[in-house]
Formats: sequence, structure tokens, C-alpha cells
Amino acid sequence: MKLVKNIGLAVFLCCFAIFLCLPFMGTYRLTSQQFESVVSDSAHRAALAPNMQAMFDKSYANNFNFLADYGQALDKTNQQFKDKEAWVKVIHTDYALPLAKISARGFVKEHIQTLFYICFIISSLGGLIYFIADLFLQKKGDTQHKQVFKSGITNRGISAIVFAVFLIAFYILLYQAPAYLSNWVLMVDPLSIKLTGSQASQWFLYGFMYCLVMLVMGLKMLIKHRHSNYQLVRTVSVIFFQVAFAFMIPNILTLLQLPSADLKNIWPLDYTFFFDYHLNDLLSAGLLGYWMLGWGIFLIVVGVPVMVYFFGKRWYCSWVCGCGGLAETFGDPFRHLSDKSIKSWKIERYLVHGVLLFAVVMTVAVLYTFFTGSSTLLGINTYGIRQVYAFAIGFIFAGAVGTGFYPLMGNRVWCRFGCPLAAYLGIVQRFKSRYRITTNGGQCISCGNCSTYCEMGIDVRAYAQRGENIIRASCVGCGICAEVCPRGVLKLENGPENNRFENQLNLIRAKNEV
Amino acid sequence: MKIVIIGNGIGGITAARNIRKQSDHEILVISAESDYFFSRTALMYVYMGQMKFEHTQPYENWFWEKNRISLLNAYVKSVDFEKQTLHTANGQKISYDKLIIATGSVPKKIGLSGEGLKGVQSLYSKQDLELLEQNSGDVKEAVIVGGGLIGIELAEMLRSRNIKVSILSRENAYWNSVLPQEEAQMISRHIAEHHINLIANTELGKILDDGSGSVKGIITKKGAEIPCQLLLISIGVQPNINFLKNSALAINKGVLVNEFLETNITNVYALGDCAEFENPKLLHPPIEQLWYTAQMQGEALANTICGHRQTYRRGVWFNSAKFLDIEYQTYGCMFKQPLADEETFYWEHSSGRKAFRANFEKESGALRGFNFLGIRFNHPVANRWISEKRNIGLCIAELKKGVFDAEFSKQHHRKIADEFFRQFPAYAKTQKTNKLKFWM
Repeated sequence: MKLVKNIGLAVFLCCFAIFLCLPFMGTYRLTSQQFESVVSDSAHRAALAPNMQAMFDKSYANNFNFLADYGQALDKTNQQFKDKEAWVKVIHTDYALPLAKISARGFVKEHIQTLFYICFIISSLGGLIYFIADLFLQKKGDTQHKQVFKSGITNRGISAIVFAVFLIAFYILLYQAPAYLSNWVLMVDPLSIKLTGSQASQWFLYGFMYCLVMLVMGLKMLIKHRHSNYQLVRTVSVIFFQVAFAFMIPNILTLLQLPSADLKNIWPLDYTFFFDYHLNDLLSAGLLGYWMLGWGIFLIVVGVPVMVYFFGKRWYCSWVCGCGGLAETFGDPFRHLSDKSIKSWKIERYLVHGVLLFAVVMTVAVLYTFFTGSSTLLGINTYGIRQVYAFAIGFIFAGAVGTGFYPLMGNRVWCRFGCPLAAYLGIVQRFKSRYRITTNGGQCISCGNCSTYCEMGIDVRAYAQRGENIIRASCVGCGICAEVCPRGVLKLENGPENNRFENQLNLIRAKNEV
Repeated sequence: MKIVIIGNGIGGITAARNIRKQSDHEILVISAESDYFFSRTALMYVYMGQMKFEHTQPYENWFWEKNRISLLNAYVKSVDFEKQTLHTANGQKISYDKLIIATGSVPKKIGLSGEGLKGVQSLYSKQDLELLEQNSGDVKEAVIVGGGLIGIELAEMLRSRNIKVSILSRENAYWNSVLPQEEAQMISRHIAEHHINLIANTELGKILDDGSGSVKGIITKKGAEIPCQLLLISIGVQPNINFLKNSALAINKGVLVNEFLETNITNVYALGDCAEFENPKLLHPPIEQLWYTAQMQGEALANTICGHRQTYRRGVWFNSAKFLDIEYQTYGCMFKQPLADEETFYWEHSSGRKAFRANFEKESGALRGFNFLGIRFNHPVANRWISEKRNIGLCIAELKKGVFDAEFSKQHHRKIADEFFRQFPAYAKTQKTNKLKFWM
């Protein structure tokens, strides 16, 4: 079985190596017909064409040279506009990715189907074999995380740093320069056309990979926790919501030319919900559009508080949310890396509530513009605010740092320090909820497993050893603290609000006469 | 007033924290083992790579200064009780107004020649763990002497490094000196599932030297030879009070204390593993070597020292452990054999990994205690039922109220109740009929 496991790993690593090589492979040649089919805006076409004449029918050995030439042509074109102070004519549309895709030639383009199978299907199978072997190697009921601190990848070793750099680089390219990933996007084109009826963007690639990673790593979770129904149900739920709600339904809506929506994504995590273009999209889409708008607002106003009151924020953060889903599957091996100090708790509170405040202010400004048409509020440009938010929070915090730092700071960096929705859910959970982690009387031995394996950086032991229930805004209810506890001290539960804070030690201490 | 505490384990630290909560006395905690308080129970997880040593420290390092609890890393060599002064190994003299002795235990020795060989050791302290890390480098086979709580943890630790492990146990099944036969058998089977060789009814006869000062094997009292490069002695612990011998302090096996944890010398107290009760209560051991009892003693003593003199009362007995993958919780005084006036009920799940036992008084049906294996149970509920001497029929019928397993877990309270009322139909009458609401 050990051999099978290693074969699975080897298969995965080979496929992954090929995947990593792809952006550097293939040749590029752009024809003027292709150029015209990609640049649909006639004004853009007319402006760009003269500066790109030299590129047409020229063969490039890789897409770096191709993109460099395109970048120069674009800069030149835009410089000409800027010199004439024709600001509105400056081209902001990103043609680099579709141009790179359409001009691709050679190996990658010719073997697109084969490469898709190798990079996504066979690599996933390799991963699945690697984890399925654990069914036989790891005993059912083994709740421990042995050797976690002895392996470099899970203990901030060199491999962890390399992996983090890879993830961060991936996010930077994805958000800022997706054209460099054009070969990866090419591979999912056939699938995208089947599902959505149109060519793949980098976001389709991202959504597809996200689902795949969650499926494979989710299976690992299911095998590892096969003794625990709570973990099984929760993991299946979070995978289901990602695959169905975040991926399939939006794509099918796109295919049907309806407004696409991730119906489980809630403002302010979904910070574009109240953006003018989104509102206009919904308002012009008839009944379905109105329903989507109503549903989104219903979730914010009624859904969140009611559900958190009855079940705690876990109903969302570790059962439904896509970010949480990735953290609970792909990020699970890094959960112990979260910082448990009081200092980081202080930082967390300022940061996460700060982002919530930022999101609210940004949304108010955007709505002000939507209703009044004025693009300045209190002297601040509302488009400016939302650009800053999109860049600083949407890209840097949620993407590059949130996921890129998994191997260094644990799997919930974004959820803990940045997510404005988590902040909102947390406030309700802390002050008005039936949810708590109950401490079992005086059974705690202060071993620290709970705190070590809390992905949110809660010092669970600090509460448990004093007989206090754990009632914290940040707790996402993953249930791992209760599982790793060797003395059965912790239980996640919903119960009457009135005894939520009751000290459990007082219930068992013999009454001493003074 | 200056209070000096020797020992920074759970007993000493609990006393220090609770004294600080109630007073402004000067507090000094001395330990030769570690700079900061750590959870001894978690040492095994450090060895298995599940935690780092720093994770075993329940308080961050700034905690002590903030709470004005001074810490000193030093070894106390002797105590001059007349001058109220401690002498440390490096010649320091420390005076005190009140002294708390909380020095814990040392592992018991077997008393065979060869115990000093390289590769022969026990596991109690942080230093022992460091030694074990050195000693288990390229070990293929290990023998553990003593089938108790530390023995099974050691076995689990070594198995995590794929070392072949044998446990020598005096009893006929695992921890049979404490666990009733059925539970002991169940755990013994579980031990075998983990490829640990539990050799029952066997004691250590001789330790074999490889000629270069290291252990190469053992011979049991029955004459069987088992090769090993590591020999772990885990036959229990005894109070760590050698430095107090030949002083005015009254000691027996431990430092003798009354129910206020006071010794024969005014202003000197002892608690935790190193204290021995002069007049232990009925059915209670004179020396309590448990995390929980040390904690409760620390709380009681802090009250006494801060002017609210009170006896140490343990309340309803409880304890817990984990045997490899099976958790164990016990509430009330559960003996290996039920007492003469007790009836016992045992239920085991068909998987052989979960079990339940209840002891109760024959005459009245009053609950005496529970054993749970592989099932988590609510401590306050058990505590209340036992102290109320609740009728066993009621307890069994309402077992669900105390189930503490994770949500969505398979529940066994119905099967347990069915089996109980089949065996003890007389108690069926006492069942309450009001059903729990589904959201409770």
C-alpha cells in the first residue's frame, strides 16, 4: 500500500511538473484576421493595428516575447492618445490574454486535449490514489496529526516557502497578468465552450482548478475523518456548494445568457454586489434579476443573523463558503500554523473589523453614485475607493496573501484577518447566538492540542482549562479542536442562550465550607 | 508576605495563580525542570511531532511578569525550616514566609542491576523526553515494563516511529489493576490491533548488557529473552521528596499533610503528587497522583493561604485517559470489582471499541459511577447524578442528556437502555416518561 501511495504521488508530481512547464512552451504567430476577431472594438482596432503591423505573421518562440511586443504596441498606442490628451480613448480592455490564446501554435495547441487529461484528470487521479491509500494505511478513528511538525512542507520548511512563493506568483499572474497563463486557459477552452458557450477566461480556469483541488483534497478530508460524521457531512456540504453554486450554476446561467450569480456568495464578501454594473445587470434581467437582487439582500438582512443565531457562523464559514471550503480541504494540512498569541488576536480584531468598515464605506459611496449619478462623495472619488478596495482587499488580501500564505501562516489568513463577512457573522455569533463550544467540566489537562490545531488561532485551551465555554467571534466551527482533544473535553453545540457563559468548573467543584 | 513555591507543575502553578487572584503577596516559583509551566501530559505529542514543546505551555511567557509571579530556574537542595530559607544547588539562599512544596514525582525504579545502562530510562520530565529522543535514534525494538497509563502512551509514541514494541504487564490484561476485566480485555485487543505486543502475566527478570554499556535485551521472570535497544520503565511514580529527608518535616512516602494541605511545620504546605494525606478518606488513596487533583488542591490551598482556610475536598471522583484511539472517561469511584453492596452493568458495542459501565447500589439503586470507553459523557451531568445518588433507572433512561459525542455521531444510549432494562427489569418502572424535546 505504501508503494501504491508513492506511485500516486509520483504520478501527481509528474503531471504537475508538466503543468508547470506549459506557460513556457509553444510558439506564437498572430495573423491580422485573428487580431480583428479578438479586438472587437473598431476604434481600438484602428488605433492598435498600425502599431502592431510588425507583429502580424511573425513567429515567436514563446509567449514572453510575444507579450512583450504586444505590451510595447499597446503602450505606444496609449501614449499617442495621452499625448493628444484624448483620455477617453486610452485602451483599458485586456486583449493580451485572448491574443495570446488565439496566436498560440505548436505543441500545446496541437495536444490541447491530451494535456488537459494529463494536467487535470491524471494528476487528480494520482492525488486520489495517494489519499485513498490512507484508507488502508491510516487506522479509522486515528484523530492525531503525527509528524506534522517534523515535515518541512507542514512546518514552514524550505518546501513550504517554495510552495508559498508558487501560490503567490500564481495569484499575482491570475489577477494582474493572466496572459502569461494563456496555455493553461487554452486547456480548459473546450470545457468552457461546453459549459458556458464561450471561450475560457482566466476566471473559468481558476474556478475549475478550485473545484478540482477541493474535490481531491476534500476526499483526503473524508478519508482522514471517516470516523466523524460531523466532518463527513461538513466536508461534503462545502464541496457541494463550491461545485454546484460557485461553479456549475453560474456557468449554466451564462450559457442561458442570464445574469450569472454565485447565489451563496453574500455581501460584503461579494463586494461587487452593489456595484452599478452588477445592479444594472440584475435590473435589466427581468424577474430572475429582481429575484437575485432580493435574494442577495435577504441573505444579508435576514439569512445571516437568523442562521448565525441558530447554528453559529459555522453554517456559512465551514459549511457553505468557497473560501472556507478551500481552507478546509486544500488548506487543512496547514491549520496548525495559525498564530495563537494575544498579540495576533489584537491585530485580527482591528484588521477584520477595519475591512468590514472599509467595505461598508465603499459600498455606501458606490450606491451614492448609483442613485445620484455624482461620482464624488465628501470629496472622494467613489470609483477610486472601489478600485482601491478591489486591489488591496480583493486581490492582495483575499488572493495573494489569503491563499498564498497557507503554508506559512495557516489556512485561514483571509477568513481570520480580512473577510468582512466573517466579521459580520462573528459579531452576531459573539453577541446573539445559540452556538458555543462547551467545555466538559474539569476534564481539561491543558495539553494544548485544541489550540495547536485551531485554524482561526483561538487559544481554545485558555478557555477549556478554566472550565469556560468557547464563545468567540472568529470560531468557524470546523470541529477539529473537539476531535483532537484526547480527553473528550470539547463539544460544538447549539443550545439555550441563557447558560452559554456558565462556568463548567463551578458545576463540578465540591462546595467548600469556609 | 513572600510565598515560595517549589515546583512549577500544575499544582504549584494553580496555587500561584489563585493566590495572585486573591492577594498581592510576593510569589516566587522555583523549578529545576523548565523555565515556564508546561503541560506534562502533552510531552507525548511533542515526541510524535504533533506539537512543538512551546505548544505545551498553557500561558504565554509575558503572563508571569504581568501577573507578578516570579520564576526561578534552580534546583532546591535543602530547606532550613527554622530559618525559613531554601538552599539551591548553586549556593543561592532564598527566604520565605510561607512555603509550598509541589515537587511532583519521580519514576519508580525496578531495582535490578542494569538500570543504569544506556537505553534504559523512564518518562516523566522534560529531560526524560529529551533523553528518549536521543535514545530512540536507531532503535528497532523496545520493551516497556509496566502496563499502565504511561506504558501505553510510550507504546503509542514509539509506534509512531515504527519501533517494534513489547509491553510487559504483571496483570492478565491491560491495566487490570484498575480497569474491570471487560474493559481491560477490550483495550488489550485494541493494543494488539496497533501491533503492540502486550505480554501479560510477565515481569522483568534481568536486563542484558551488550558489553559496551548499552541495553541489548531483557529476560523475563519466566526466562524468555526479548531483544531490545530501548527499555522503558513505567511501573509508576513516587513522591519527589529526597531533598526533604532528615529534616524536621514529617514525611512518609510523601510529605504528610492534613486535609488543609498543612504539614507538621507552620507555614509549610505540600500538594499534588508529593503530598500524602495522614488520614485519607474512605476509599481514597493517601497519595493522589493526578492532574485534576493537583489542580483542585492548588485552588483549595490558595484559599487557605489567602485567609479563607478551607479543607481540600475532591468532590465526585473523575478521571480520563486515552488508550491509543479509545478515549476513557470515568466518574465516581469505579473499582476493578464492584463493592460488596454494588451491582454492575456492562455494555459493549459490537465494534469492540465502545463500552459503558454503570455501578449502583443494590438496595436503593443509587448511582455510584460510570465508565465510558469510546463515548464522551458530560462531566457536570455525571457529577450531579452521582452526588444526588440518583436512581440508576432514571439515569439510564435519560443517558442522552449527558452524551457528549460530536454532533451527528451515532448514539448508543437507546441500545444501552434496552440492554439495561432487559437485565434489570425492576428499574424499568422508575423511568420517567417525559421525553426530551428534539432541540435539547
